[in-house]
Amino acid sequence: MRPTTELLTAACLLLAGVPSLSAGDDTVSFNQDIRPILSNNCFHCHGPDPQDRKAGVRLDVPDEVDLETLVERITSDDPYSVMPPPESNKTLSAAQIETLKRWVEQGAGYEEHWAFIPPRAAEAPEVDEARFAKHPIDRFVYAKMKARGLSPSPIADKRTLIRRLTIDLTGLPPTSEQIETFLADPSPDAHERLVDRLLESPHFGEHVGRYWLDLVRFADTNGLHHDHYREMTPYRDWVIRSFNENLPFDEFITAQIAGDLYPSPTTDQLIASGFNRLHLIIDRGTALPEESFNRNVVDRVSSVGTAFLGLTLECAVCHDHKYDPITQRDFYQLYAFFNNFDGAPETGRRGTLDFKRGLQPPYLELPSDDQRRRRGELEQTLADLEQQLRGAKKRLQRAGKKQPPKSKPPAESSQPDGDGAEGVVAPAALKAAQAEVDALTQQINRVKAEYQTLLMEIPATLVMKEREEMRPAHILVRGNYDQPGEPVQRDTPGFLPPLREAGERTDRMDLARWLTDPQHPLTARVAVNRFWQQIFGVGLVKTSEDFGAQGTPPSHPALLDHLALRFVESGWDVKALLRSMVLSETYRQSSAAPRERFVDDPENRLLARGSRYRYDAEVIRDSVLAISGLLNPKLYGKSVKPPQPEGLWQIVAMPYSYPRVFQPDQGEKIYRRSVYSFWKRGLPPPQLTIFDAPTRESCIARRERTNTPLQALVLMNEQQYFLAAMNLADELIGRNDTNDAERIAEAYERVTAQLPDQSTQQRLSDALKQFRKLYADDIASAERMIGQHDRFAAALSWDDDRKVELASMTMLVHSLLNLDRAKTRE
Amino acid sequence: MTMNRDHRSTTTRRGFLGHFGMGLGATALGNLLHQRQVSAGQADYRLPGKAKRVIFLFMAGAPSQLDLFDHKPDLHKQFNQPLPPSVSMGQRVTAMTKGKTQLVAPSMFKFAPQGQSGIHMSELLPHLSGVVDDLCLIKTLNTDAINHDPAKTLICTGSQIPGNASLGAWLSYGLGRMNEDLPDFVVLNSAFWTGGTGNVQALYSRLWGSGFLPSKHQGVSFQPSGDPVLFLSNPAGVTAASRKTMLNLVTDLNRQHLDAVGDPEIQTTIAQQEMAFRMQTSVPELTDLSGEPQHVLDLYGEEMGKSGSFARNCLLARRMAERGVRFIQLFHRGWDHHVGLPKKLRGQAYDIDQASAGLIRDLKARGMLDETLIVFAGEFGRTTYCQGKLTPTQYGRDHHPRCFTIWMAGGGIKGGIEYGQTDEFSYNVAENPVHVRDLNATILHQLGIDHEKLTFPFRGLDQRLTGVEESHVVHDILA
Repeated sequence: MRPTTELLTAACLLLAGVPSLSAGDDTVSFNQDIRPILSNNCFHCHGPDPQDRKAGVRLDVPDEVDLETLVERITSDDPYSVMPPPESNKTLSAAQIETLKRWVEQGAGYEEHWAFIPPRAAEAPEVDEARFAKHPIDRFVYAKMKARGLSPSPIADKRTLIRRLTIDLTGLPPTSEQIETFLADPSPDAHERLVDRLLESPHFGEHVGRYWLDLVRFADTNGLHHDHYREMTPYRDWVIRSFNENLPFDEFITAQIAGDLYPSPTTDQLIASGFNRLHLIIDRGTALPEESFNRNVVDRVSSVGTAFLGLTLECAVCHDHKYDPITQRDFYQLYAFFNNFDGAPETGRRGTLDFKRGLQPPYLELPSDDQRRRRGELEQTLADLEQQLRGAKKRLQRAGKKQPPKSKPPAESSQPDGDGAEGVVAPAALKAAQAEVDALTQQINRVKAEYQTLLMEIPATLVMKEREEMRPAHILVRGNYDQPGEPVQRDTPGFLPPLREAGERTDRMDLARWLTDPQHPLTARVAVNRFWQQIFGVGLVKTSEDFGAQGTPPSHPALLDHLALRFVESGWDVKALLRSMVLSETYRQSSAAPRERFVDDPENRLLARGSRYRYDAEVIRDSVLAISGLLNPKLYGKSVKPPQPEGLWQIVAMPYSYPRVFQPDQGEKIYRRSVYSFWKRGLPPPQLTIFDAPTRESCIARRERTNTPLQALVLMNEQQYFLAAMNLADELIGRNDTNDAERIAEAYERVTAQLPDQSTQQRLSDALKQFRKLYADDIASAERMIGQHDRFAAALSWDDDRKVELASMTMLVHSLLNLDRAKTRE
Repeated sequence: MTMNRDHRSTTTRRGFLGHFGMGLGATALGNLLHQRQVSAGQADYRLPGKAKRVIFLFMAGAPSQLDLFDHKPDLHKQFNQPLPPSVSMGQRVTAMTKGKTQLVAPSMFKFAPQGQSGIHMSELLPHLSGVVDDLCLIKTLNTDAINHDPAKTLICTGSQIPGNASLGAWLSYGLGRMNEDLPDFVVLNSAFWTGGTGNVQALYSRLWGSGFLPSKHQGVSFQPSGDPVLFLSNPAGVTAASRKTMLNLVTDLNRQHLDAVGDPEIQTTIAQQEMAFRMQTSVPELTDLSGEPQHVLDLYGEEMGKSGSFARNCLLARRMAERGVRFIQLFHRGWDHHVGLPKKLRGQAYDIDQASAGLIRDLKARGMLDETLIVFAGEFGRTTYCQGKLTPTQYGRDHHPRCFTIWMAGGGIKGGIEYGQTDEFSYNVAENPVHVRDLNATILHQLGIDHEKLTFPFRGLDQRLTGVEESHVVHDILA
């Protein structure tokens, strides 16, 4: 155990926070050093928004402030003079004041905000360390760490590497056979071939796509008021398939913004345009429709900001942005691209078939060939039957007219059918006509029911559609939907490159082309940064949702630019980008390090070691299922409902929410990957939200990574997690050709991809003996454990020894699944 | 102040070291205690606070201030008369009553002066009338939203837009933990209510969510049936002894791994597993009412006997308060009385009246009321004009954001006072408006937090519970 004093020092260092990432010399960089200070402390009153500007002074552009006065005011002792003023609740630290003074001394040079100028090609630095001299990523990273007096960590062992790679690229752990193959391959390109295999796995798209689904807030319910069901799973399938097929990222973007506006859009492009429909939707009869309409458009525009531009556009809904040069007019010019939606702003009428299907026009149906044929048949049958019914009704009417005025009601007639006698229709004829009508009506109802069932099964998804007639757009005064101000035209923000219109009408397709223009300063940077974050845990720009003045500047600006330029040159090739990242030495470093390294750089921004962090909720669950052999690897399709504790929806949902009661699926569906789990925005699966999965109510570019007791409880007690332990235990004890040591080693390898060292093996072996003793003395508990799931019904008739064995091995595997390393990227 | 890193980890030595192995041990303990001191030292948002904790009784659906608290004796003269345009001033209404004539519906319930203070209370609240000298009625609360979902989101998280941190999460973030064995922010939802289920609003986990704050600050929702805390119970067949053996093994291997890889995060995992294990004892102890004497149970009324009732939750809230839970939020649904208000409101008032009065009495008897701030509020009020059929004893009321009544008790708030006045229709604020932001500022103030200084950086802003618009602590109601 380490002495306490050392730890206290460590804690102090920890609290010092992220290391300064600026270069070692004395030159002050405006973008790296100055803008963050000014933005956070001064721009609110001396920034881009003229409305709140004080004393006519602005600091976001050159020559609008007297520099001597600036230094005087920030160093003043006088509370009436000092800047920032006390009532702003902002204070500059001594170090910040020093940096500002140095900046003034060096001539107070301004730079355009780094993210708003196109990426610049820079030669990767020459590097004297052979291992880090080859790959451009390594050269940039090495130069930075060397400037900070650090050196790289050694390469991780092959077992760690295959686990890291397999999970980073597919979200699932490697199997024992895959580990064996990799270990047995001594060739220098073994790593590369492993990467290529993983990039071709169909699970790649499921894993990489999931980050995208967070970003665009994909979910299965509307998120407001009743929080009714909504069907957009074909969009999810399209995202997964796009990553699997390596759709160029510019096309991926274009299809989502404007897929419906291609001259003759493909089915995929139409599905993708559903990006514009992923916002929350409120029920009819609640808010005023105009208000909801506005809310939807604002939501749509904001998500474009977060997902593609890395900008907080929504800050300019009510006024000019306080920190970035986004004017309120800019916001509503973008709004004008998205307000011409041809559909209702609220949920549809309850009780309709559309409502039951979770659909609101416009939507796209995607029947299989069989479904299409069956639908045609049923429609034909219905048409035929309805025609017959019309005929039958006429006959019935005629029969009724021809009936003698005082005849008895047909039901009471006991006369045989007197059909044939002209002009005299016996009650029996009436009865027959009525019977025909009844029979046809019944038949029609049956066919209609079948038709409805068929429609319920036909996949469908909400899509975007433009109105013929353009809806005008206005600046909304203070963001109020009912206070239109000056009219605006579709256009892009003035501080970014100009929009080039192609057709008569400026539309979302122009906007998509603008976004994916190689010269655009943001789109590629924002995208590669998020992919970097997926692979290394933290983006080069940590605030991957905000590349504006209030975001953090990049830790490695030249590397970010290099990656962005390469990405565009490669034809926006996502797999090539990820491949390049994971083939770097930077990626291959061991995550073990002296404790000081963790303390000095807790988020590993300097990349002098492999990143070590807790996996996302879905990865943890999917891994547990995979390790235990429970995972159902089926791809694509509608959402599924693995079991969750009872009653969670009822206690919060409205009584007429659709669906209100959570009905868990049965059979193999419940073991599908978590990306397919039904996402009720009002209460998403607790197993996942407890591990920081977002509610999908708003666009999330990066998740929190917390470590809480509730997470410990999930891993200790959640039924699927425990069942997984039992399932693997059952498999292990079912093999007669192995001994304890081998079983322990296999369990350990499945969970960690490592073999236990001798002391671990010994400790596990001791624990297994302890569990055996406990359950041998308490057979009833072993039986309760085994009996809790019908999967093991047969085991209840085993002899006691074997029951004890299953219970004990279950506890051993369960323990392994609860290890810190089981949920952690090593 | 701004806390970029989350250094409010959570444990101490007490309790668990004896449970399995060496536990976290002196190293991490030193670390965590040290962190706590440092954060307190840095906390320039801290003020001297009078309250240690909050019990927030949230009436989801919006109770009628006109029939419970805001006595308008002359309103009966206006029965069935159109609300004068000089009062309504063309203000925004909901989609439900848009374009309809606004006919005044006076309350059918009797009001009488109560207690030393002589505050008028509705006959529907006999028990709360008995503790009226402990209550501070704010009659001029107002909000920006006119529909339930945004209004609830606003009052619970300070913003109508989903994604912000809730009040309890802010307190957890700003003040750290007060106990070692329980969550510091607990949510108790009533499983049922008396006023009818016809028009009941949804609750969303965002109402007690952490928003942009680290998710460990989110409220932990206790369940009325099954495990009170999700996933609390051991799986079948996992005995106390096998759990202990398992955790010993896990802790040993985790510690070994910590030595090998150096990442202090492993210590946190060890500590959180220990906390989880302690919760497996502390939560059942908390929800076990067998030690409560009859005279205490009686304070909360008959409904206390039913699991999931508001009354049972009030008693649980008191037990949580005793055990150091910082923020306890009760959600009681069923207050959205667009039609048939008198009957439904009577039922709802029955649910909450004795129970919340009992809570006040119970805390007072234990000397805990002064340091416990109780807040009773819905998301908005209800209209003076009728929705649906109107007779003297039959009416409904639509949503009304412009003024509504809430009450507070304890926690350094003056008792036996009314603050703010509404006009003769309870339609507009006549004097001393209190916005939801002001309420939140006041609650934070009582807990010893300057609402302007407790911030968290997100999406380019120093986010605050009270947002960017002006808000003020209501100093006039502070004791």
